[in-house]
Amino acid sequence: MISKPLRAALLGALITACSVARTEPVKIGFVTTLTTPAAVIGEDMQRSVELALEHLGQKMGGLDVELLVEDDGFKPDVGKQKTDKLVKQDDVDFVAGYIWSHVLLASYQSVVRADKFLISANAGPSMIAGRRCHPNFFSTSWQNDQTPMAMGEYLNREGVQSLYIMAPNYAAGKDMVRGVESTFKGQVIGKDLTKWGADAQLDFSAELAKARASGAEAIFVFYPGKAGGAFIQQYQQAGLRGKLPLYTVFTVDALSLPKLQQGRLEGVLGSKNTLHWSPDLDVPANRRFVNDFLQKHDQYPSFYGAQAYDAIMLINSAVEAVDGNLTDKDGIRKALKAADYPSLRGAYRYGNNHMPIQNFYLREVVADASGRWTTRIVETVYQDHQDPYAAQCRM
Amino acid sequence: MEASLFYSQLLNGLQLGLLLFLLASGLTLIFGVMDFIHLSHGSFYMLGAYFCGSVVAWSGSFLLGVVAGVAASFVVGAAVEYLVARPLYRRNHLDHVLVTFGLILVFDSLVQILWGTAGMAIALPDVLTGQVELGSVVFPVYRLVIIASGLAVAFGLYLLVGKTRLGMLIRAGASNRAMVEALGVDIDRLFLYVFALGGALAGLAGLLIAPITGASSGMGTDILIVAFVVCIIGGIGSVKGAFYAALILGLLDTLSRAYLDTLLGLMMPVYYAETAAPAISAMLIYLLMALVLAFRPQGLFPPAIQQA
Repeated sequence: MISKPLRAALLGALITACSVARTEPVKIGFVTTLTTPAAVIGEDMQRSVELALEHLGQKMGGLDVELLVEDDGFKPDVGKQKTDKLVKQDDVDFVAGYIWSHVLLASYQSVVRADKFLISANAGPSMIAGRRCHPNFFSTSWQNDQTPMAMGEYLNREGVQSLYIMAPNYAAGKDMVRGVESTFKGQVIGKDLTKWGADAQLDFSAELAKARASGAEAIFVFYPGKAGGAFIQQYQQAGLRGKLPLYTVFTVDALSLPKLQQGRLEGVLGSKNTLHWSPDLDVPANRRFVNDFLQKHDQYPSFYGAQAYDAIMLINSAVEAVDGNLTDKDGIRKALKAADYPSLRGAYRYGNNHMPIQNFYLREVVADASGRWTTRIVETVYQDHQDPYAAQCRM
Repeated sequence: MEASLFYSQLLNGLQLGLLLFLLASGLTLIFGVMDFIHLSHGSFYMLGAYFCGSVVAWSGSFLLGVVAGVAASFVVGAAVEYLVARPLYRRNHLDHVLVTFGLILVFDSLVQILWGTAGMAIALPDVLTGQVELGSVVFPVYRLVIIASGLAVAFGLYLLVGKTRLGMLIRAGASNRAMVEALGVDIDRLFLYVFALGGALAGLAGLLIAPITGASSGMGTDILIVAFVVCIIGGIGSVKGAFYAALILGLLDTLSRAYLDTLLGLMMPVYYAETAAPAISAMLIYLLMALVLAFRPQGLFPPAIQQA
């Protein structure tokens, strides 16, 4: 016959023993594009995520990591479906990824309303940075407007008085245009928003003819994915190199440069672009990432990959901060907000809207020591820059 | 200054139109002569580009690449006709759609397996990368090459369809297939040639545009819808119709992209004009198709006698 105090003690010991070790893995859902020609971006992000997990020894805070990669097919409705599946069916703890702003806008409510955490590793639409900000949303990239704002600022410093703008006609395209127009002090002589989507316009003959005839001093362009390669090819074929200097954002990167080099399109060499990161950024974690990636895949990682790598490292810092206790949502949120991890861009902090406050650099397209085309930082345009929508966020 | 911009836009429109013609001429023949809905026509367009790209990368000669691309699309076209299309002629259009749609998916995946997901850039020989000055108009040399090739092919098709025995059989088949069969013509051989010819034309279009826009695995489907619109507007089965319709559409699309935003800017605030213009100019070809279907459903230049 067990006495009452002994029974209570045994029960207490049993309950404590049950709650000690959580052996369930950390479940991370990753939404990216694995089909359509944009799959090359998704592939880069997936490789970077796998490299990050390798560097972590496949564990976060002592827990195993279960990574579920889903394909949004470049479509908002498919992205939302896959996000719902990750949240409801797979019950993941974190959802990361999202290349495209319109896919993110369609999907993020599904994640944050289920009180799960969303880490955007690329898309940074103004709405989520402003009025529709949410405590469970974090970005390891940037807000869309910031990178073109840096370009506008640089154009001012170079004394450019007139500009021609070309971008695709969708959420991010309009953010880019708004971004450069908000800081550029000269005159925007012409603007073309071209058709975008699965059957995007790839032949810019009419628009380039207009750009040439406009007499602008420079041309600003945003064409991610295969449209970027097509644009550069036509820019060179129209003989605009030297006549209409090219300034781009998110158009020339480690994914498009190998193809441009294969096509001998030297029109891109010497062109300038702005971004918060570059493969040559002198940060120890970055050197390790770029070297390992080059060794493994024989090409430079893109900024998409660098941001995806950071997303995994950010999640890891949060899991370690709560000692693997993933039910402590407030603790995770606090740890994510602290951004206390070795980011590839160097240390940064989060604004009230959970967008990074970070530097932006001017980069130039050059050939590296082995002749491979890549980007190199020329100067810093902005230091600790915050996006313009933070004030609209009521957090 | 304004005039030279207008002329260069006209040339751009002409180039786009001729490219559409190359694609639509094969499609209209296949649909008109064989009554076969060939959704995977765009896949030949894509294969021509990739084969050309590979041969250019391997041999360094663009001319060899062109020959290889056209030959490869011809052979693949013949193979598809023999293996896939021939068993299906007697079936209804829905079966054609299902099978050829499946073929699109097969070819897209095949291309991604063989050549990777990143697509391919085709390097032009230095002589074609320059610009030429026609009066005050500066125009890329390569686009002129496309215009010249398109016109040459149009002339060749005109001779083929109008002046040769094969052409006569094609026209007869487009007008009344049953009668041609009844007259003892080897319809299997005729269909094989038409299909393979269509494939070769599509492949030529693909390899001509690839140095400008790059080769990628979705490129066929993007342009296929426009090719179908050209066929419908021109009249199904009519190469002449495809020629004029393609030119009209090419000019309409290019000129609207060039001038619509300025035009709309005269009538409404600039911000709305900038956003509305690309959306409207993307819709215009379909609006034209709707108008043609409403007022002249047989197309602008239909073949002489309709199928019963």
